[in-house]
Amino acid sequence: MSTTFAVETHEPAVVLGKSSPEARPVIQLDHIHKTYTMGDVEVHALRGVSLTINEGEFVAIMGASGSGKSTTMNILGCLDRPTRGTYILDGEDVSQMSKDERADIRCKKIGFVFQGFNLLSRTSALENVELPMLYLGVDAATRHERAMEALNAVGLAGREQNHPNQLSGGQQQRVAVARSLVNHPALILADEPTGNLDSRTSVEVMEIFQRLNRERGITLVLVTHEPDIAEYADRVIVFKDGKIKSDHPVEHRRSAAEELKNLPVIEDEDDEEE
Amino acid sequence: MNLLMIIRVAFRALVRNKMRAALTMLGIIIGVSAVIAMVSIGQGASASVQAQIESIGTNLLFVSAGAQNVGGVRSGTGDTGNQNLTVDDLDAIKREVPSVSMVTPSVNARSQLVAGNMNWNTNVTGVSEQYPDVRKWPVATGSFFTDADVRTAARVIVIGRTLADNLYPGADPIGQDIRVMNLPFRVVGVLAAKGQDQQGRDQDDVAFAPFTTVQKKILGRDRIQIAYVSAISQDATYTAQSQITDLLRQRHKLTANEPDDFTVRNMTDIAEAANETSKTMTILLACIAGVSLLVGGIGIMNIMLVSVTERTREIGIRMAIGARSSAVRSQFLIESIVLSLTGGAIGIILGVVLSLVIPAFLGWPTLVSMMAIVGSVLFSAAVGIFFGYYPARKAASLDPIEALRYE
Repeated sequence: MSTTFAVETHEPAVVLGKSSPEARPVIQLDHIHKTYTMGDVEVHALRGVSLTINEGEFVAIMGASGSGKSTTMNILGCLDRPTRGTYILDGEDVSQMSKDERADIRCKKIGFVFQGFNLLSRTSALENVELPMLYLGVDAATRHERAMEALNAVGLAGREQNHPNQLSGGQQQRVAVARSLVNHPALILADEPTGNLDSRTSVEVMEIFQRLNRERGITLVLVTHEPDIAEYADRVIVFKDGKIKSDHPVEHRRSAAEELKNLPVIEDEDDEEE
Repeated sequence: MNLLMIIRVAFRALVRNKMRAALTMLGIIIGVSAVIAMVSIGQGASASVQAQIESIGTNLLFVSAGAQNVGGVRSGTGDTGNQNLTVDDLDAIKREVPSVSMVTPSVNARSQLVAGNMNWNTNVTGVSEQYPDVRKWPVATGSFFTDADVRTAARVIVIGRTLADNLYPGADPIGQDIRVMNLPFRVVGVLAAKGQDQQGRDQDDVAFAPFTTVQKKILGRDRIQIAYVSAISQDATYTAQSQITDLLRQRHKLTANEPDDFTVRNMTDIAEAANETSKTMTILLACIAGVSLLVGGIGIMNIMLVSVTERTREIGIRMAIGARSSAVRSQFLIESIVLSLTGGAIGIILGVVLSLVIPAFLGWPTLVSMMAIVGSVLFSAAVGIFFGYYPARKAASLDPIEALRYE
């Protein structure tokens, strides 16, 4: 854990957001570089990104394609390793971990929500939500209990036996959110979670995120290219050319719950039943 | 993630695609059932050869004129050119070899047999009165001829069941006359029915007369082609074999570097040779069936490779969620093992059923061998591991980022 101290000496360049003295950092990126070699060409996807995200923050990451936001996402999610630099996740240096160690970290500390939902087809919502616990080695009774609780939290009680093809896009994404929650991760990473959803369903999903963030203090990192979606977060980081271009709190934060009250209920076959 | 859970995950994945799983298993099912059925046929044949040999008597020895191998040139035993096995030789064996209990020559004469207006072509075999004891072949009705008949070259004959049925349909042949080469013979006995031998020849299509009669009155020469010798016990067969060899070499005045001009074989050797033959046949059959098992295994590999490609996204999801490479590898490996073992289990049932049904439909004896069953189970598990390993490793080596992006 000597690297932890090393990081403290290199105080990240920009520390914003809810950085009160007692705030505990969940993510600490220190001068992260990522270089891909494509044939003879070296592509510098990230050129020294330093960033701290504290517990309970709701951060939106924005940027054009090629800005490095996806690479950052992959590194934050421990799907990829930085070429250089240090990444401390929840007090643990994960920057040079092996494939298996990163798999374990993802299992215990990170919940993923993807644009394409990425649920297992022909598998019930309940089993999909149970999946991360299966890899953590949770016993069957606890798995069932926690999965039901998570499905309940996203408003899908009674839908647990449905297969993804029997659920609407919004419902599938809520199953994915429930799945990301069940192992009580330190961090939930949402990669364009509203990209495949219509505007009302998008607000519904954002409402769940805001609620989880507010009520459970779950740290959320949201990657999006839609500025209005980013306004549901409390801090927006904009990437450009592999660097952080700006990092500031959201001034007029949108409340999904408030907006939902004013939105007309769309006559949707699946939503009707709720 | 423990093994039980991985097995459950694998089962679920297979159940999701029942048709494909069933078709993939079919290759293994056919392979395993073919191996079991083929080995059963081979073992059945082997067992029936063994039973037949045992019924002849394992203390039996054959002494034949001529050598099997003279200076590297093989010649048939009982060769017509050899006149070197005589009645005196046999008398000497009976008299001087302590481990021998009974001796009977066997001289064949193919003849037309006529009884009344019926006739039949068969081998009339000249033997001694000890033949029924040596060959463990009892007389059913009447009696065998006596040593007095042999000494006097009496024209008496003992016939097999087939002859009795064909020459005297519905009548008692005992005391009847039968003409062999225009000489009248009196039927004194009918042998117990033996049925077909392993090659499907009718063993009851025979007639026995005193060898002296056959030599003098039918063949007109006194050479002996083959003699059957009974050792006092099965354990004594090898002693008897060497003692007979020594005696005959001495009687034939062979010097130390001259080869035998006769052959002594014992039933145990013949049984072993027969065993060797059926073993070879069993192995051959099993190998052919094994090829289909191999093809079944390749089928599994093919499907598993398709499955890995098709489920790239699923693999990506599992990895992102926290599955280690080893968990993904185990999942796919177990899927293929489950496929091959389930196929193997169904194949065993089918193979055993086939083995039980074959005798009824094809008339071949079968013997379901435990070894074939255990072997098939091990082999199909090995097929699952061997052919499942490559696809499983391919799945485990996927990069989660790439796999998640896969459409």
